[in-house]
Amino acid sequence: MESAEQNPTLNLLTGQFGDAVLSADVRYGMLTISVRQAAIIDVISFLYDHPRLQYRYLTTLCGIHHPELNQIAVMYQLHSFQNNRRVRLKIWLPEDNPETPTVTNLFAGANWMERETYDFFGVTFTGHPDLRRILNVEDMTIFPMRKEYPLEDQTREDKSDEMFGRSGVGSGQ
Amino acid sequence: MSDAHVKVSLAEKPPGLEGTGFFATSLEKVVGLARKNSIWPLPFATSCCGIEFMATMGAHYDLARFGSERLSFSPRQADLLMVMGTIAKKMGPILRQVYEQMAEPRWVMSVGACACSGGIFDTYSVLQGIDRIIPVDVYVPGCPPRPEQILDGIMKIQHLVETESLRRRDSPEYKALLNKYGVE
Repeated sequence: MESAEQNPTLNLLTGQFGDAVLSADVRYGMLTISVRQAAIIDVISFLYDHPRLQYRYLTTLCGIHHPELNQIAVMYQLHSFQNNRRVRLKIWLPEDNPETPTVTNLFAGANWMERETYDFFGVTFTGHPDLRRILNVEDMTIFPMRKEYPLEDQTREDKSDEMFGRSGVGSGQ
Repeated sequence: MSDAHVKVSLAEKPPGLEGTGFFATSLEKVVGLARKNSIWPLPFATSCCGIEFMATMGAHYDLARFGSERLSFSPRQADLLMVMGTIAKKMGPILRQVYEQMAEPRWVMSVGACACSGGIFDTYSVLQGIDRIIPVDVYVPGCPPRPEQILDGIMKIQHLVETESLRRRDSPEYKALLNKYGVE
């Protein structure tokens, strides 16, 4: 397996964008590149338009919460059918105001993916045509995949912490 | 050809006064008997409990034996709402609307751990029991319950239907119950 340094995609990207490429490595056989947030649209457009690379398919897009860094990452996974190559791009947004431009102008399929990322992580995609919740109930007030929100349903009253080996946590002991 | 092997059991007649050419009993008992043996269920199946219900409806377990061979896929004609499976919070208003579209008298059966309490899905997206939005008459536990358990629940519903007072749905207690759920 080739290393990140030998990868033509990375070499072309660093040649074009220089220090907008923050870091790169190969994880689970896929090139993963962290990109400066301000450059993300230019980077994806470059990968899309480049005659040799032709990353013209957006496989997926999602958020990742890193509470230890107080950051929310947005991950874009692109696929070049021409070369049968994949690349993963990451941008890092501040936890308190995650905001980044939409890629729906480039990939119409990003519409629902960005809505899902907004729904679960609260990332605002500026310029998105219809940014509202997609999977959760409309009146939900939280972004449930952020780690500050407990996974368990807080409206449940029939559970005693003692039964779950958590005595001392809210059980009054 | 003998038909001695065919065992037909008729519904037992309610207690009453009998003589030549007449039988007298209370209207409530006759109505209860008729309703009990002609319940039209509306299956609201969202997951694996619905598969068990399909087995219950099939020839082997044969829900038709209990007078419920006719499923109603319109809530307006249904007597019994059978909720089988996980109800996500987003599904809640839809379930409630289906319940509101049913005509009185109506009964609700909650089948399986998810419908009864949220089951293993103790999470932000799942309704922790349908009795948070609609009143439930019979709970069938299990994950999923076997067809025998669903039949047992149906028989419990039949018992409720048979013994229910004709005035119950007009009573202030029943209205208070519905008001508690914000219905009507």
